[in-house]
Amino acid sequence: MTRSDLPSENGGRHGGDVVLQVIDLRMYLHTRWGVTKAVDGVTFDLHAGETLGIVGESGCGKSMLALSLVRLTPEPASRFEGGQVLLDGDDLVALTDKKMRRIRGKKISMILQDPQQSLNPVFTIGNQLEEAIRIHGGADSKEETKQRAKAALQEVHVPEPERRLKNYPHEMSGGMKQRVVGAMAMVYKPTVLIADEPTTALDVTIQAQYLRLLRDLQRRTGVAMIVISHDFGVIAETCDRVAVMYAGKFVEQGPVADVFDNPSHPYTKGLLDSHPRYVGTARRLRSIEGAPPELTNLPPGCRFSPRCGLAGPECHESEPEPRQVSADHVTWCFKSEELPWASH
Amino acid sequence: MIEDDRNGTGAATTAVAEPQLQRVRSPLRGLVRFRRGMKRYPWLPVLIVVGLLIVPAIFADFLTPHDPLRGVLGDRLRPPFWLEGGSSEYPLGTDKLGRDMLTRLMYGARISLVVGTITVFVGAVIGSTLGMLAGYLGGVVDKVVTWLIDTFLSLPIVLLALVIVAAIGPSFITIIAIISATIWAIFARVVRGETLSIREKDYVARAKVAGVGSFRIIVRYVLPNLANTLIVLATLQVGVVILGEASLSFIGAGIPRPNPSWGVMVADGRDNVLTQWWLTLFPGMAILLVVMSLNLMGDWLRDFLDPKLRQQV
Repeated sequence: MTRSDLPSENGGRHGGDVVLQVIDLRMYLHTRWGVTKAVDGVTFDLHAGETLGIVGESGCGKSMLALSLVRLTPEPASRFEGGQVLLDGDDLVALTDKKMRRIRGKKISMILQDPQQSLNPVFTIGNQLEEAIRIHGGADSKEETKQRAKAALQEVHVPEPERRLKNYPHEMSGGMKQRVVGAMAMVYKPTVLIADEPTTALDVTIQAQYLRLLRDLQRRTGVAMIVISHDFGVIAETCDRVAVMYAGKFVEQGPVADVFDNPSHPYTKGLLDSHPRYVGTARRLRSIEGAPPELTNLPPGCRFSPRCGLAGPECHESEPEPRQVSADHVTWCFKSEELPWASH
Repeated sequence: MIEDDRNGTGAATTAVAEPQLQRVRSPLRGLVRFRRGMKRYPWLPVLIVVGLLIVPAIFADFLTPHDPLRGVLGDRLRPPFWLEGGSSEYPLGTDKLGRDMLTRLMYGARISLVVGTITVFVGAVIGSTLGMLAGYLGGVVDKVVTWLIDTFLSLPIVLLALVIVAAIGPSFITIIAIISATIWAIFARVVRGETLSIREKDYVARAKVAGVGSFRIIVRYVLPNLANTLIVLATLQVGVVILGEASLSFIGAGIPRPNPSWGVMVADGRDNVLTQWWLTLFPGMAILLVVMSLNLMGDWLRDFLDPKLRQQV
């Protein structure tokens, strides 16, 4: 019996309201070498208090998706070709730059790959926290700004916040800096927090600590999180739902436990097989044959078909429509009914 | 067999080579010593700059009883004090008009310092502003600024100076304007490059994500992180400007006579270089020492401020 036969473990946790709605988002990069379809028709809902993981190989468009949500895609190459990102009644794709700037850091926040490098080396922590607080007019007086900076540090469990505020980034340990960056991202209690590869640049011991910090922040503020990673371990540990991305598109989406136990797309299966499991019998790791397609030159039909062992004629001809696997579990695969490893 | 052979020859070579090694004197010995000295006394160039340029420039009026412009014709072409006919009243001798050389050198230091600092300041402000805007904003701004940099750096500055001076006459303002016109481009080019790399730093990305605007990012994130580079570059450029001013003054396109610019002094003395060598040697030495010390000071500042910048300027 697999875990997917049981009611989903995390099923109860994303009962919150939809806070972020992404509808058929398309963001293309117009480069000298052609048009790169970095984000090509992505649709998902994000509920208050839940964590959505986005997983995929390097270059599949997951970081571009994250940057698209905050509209910080590389200029002048990037262009939004369609779709909507709805947050609190605003369509972020259509907002003016000025209005978008007021939303960044306030309603939607982001933590970058390497929190260690995310602090300006020439100013003190206090100075930078106060900037983050002032930027959207969060406090009326200097005194209040200082108080809030101190409170922000306390919230992420930085000991002796009074003294720490006067430190420069190079005077702090890596773990401390992460907390400060976390505190800065959460100053305005944003509705959505995006963490782009939150652990890639960190060593294993700090990784766990950092993930715990993120979960802790979420539990206390109810922020909806999007965690982007190529590491299934990180996704499994932090997320309620997961979306698997391939060549600018989602290929499978569902509750973490369902997707892990019952992968309904050959690509998901391939990713899982290439990741070591730490329980059960040891097995050989398998790699997925071939390389991801160039996003400027996509194959016809299903984008995974050239690398897929199960692909039939229809896979090479037309793009698959979403198919329901179970209540909340969707896959974009023609063969989802006849997968050899499936348990149903 | 073979191994024995190898050992034998190996031992023979080392036996021969060793005593030779001790006897060889590197031709770079002086340089090595100089570098070692620079490591031990890194503040030495600073001392030379302060002693030769800044102190006389500021206190020239109190340090000498003579007038830099008006000489005593009876005392013309006096040699330095240690030569026959020299006197302690004119330690470094007098020029063709009987003006004390040391006095003129001190006032010359003032001209060099004033021209050097004003020009570098003007150039640094204009250059780094344009460089930061070009590097940060990119696009059309970058294209225009890069084009301007290339254009200004390809101007034949000496010819330009001669033409301008011929048209409107030599003055402090003209020389400062002419040299600033090239100096800003050097600043702009270096600052633009640095900005391009700072722009990609994670702390800038984080600021953008937090909703910080472009202007604020330039002022609070780019500029402070450029400060080290700017300080080093400015120090080096003061030397370049002093040399440039002296050169332009030498060909008569710089500081107008009778002001005691070092370049003018060298030019005035060059007809007498075989007989009254002190007329050219002392101002020449002043230029050499000051410019060299400024360069050494720039190098020292670069290491002192940030070892990571060693290769960049």
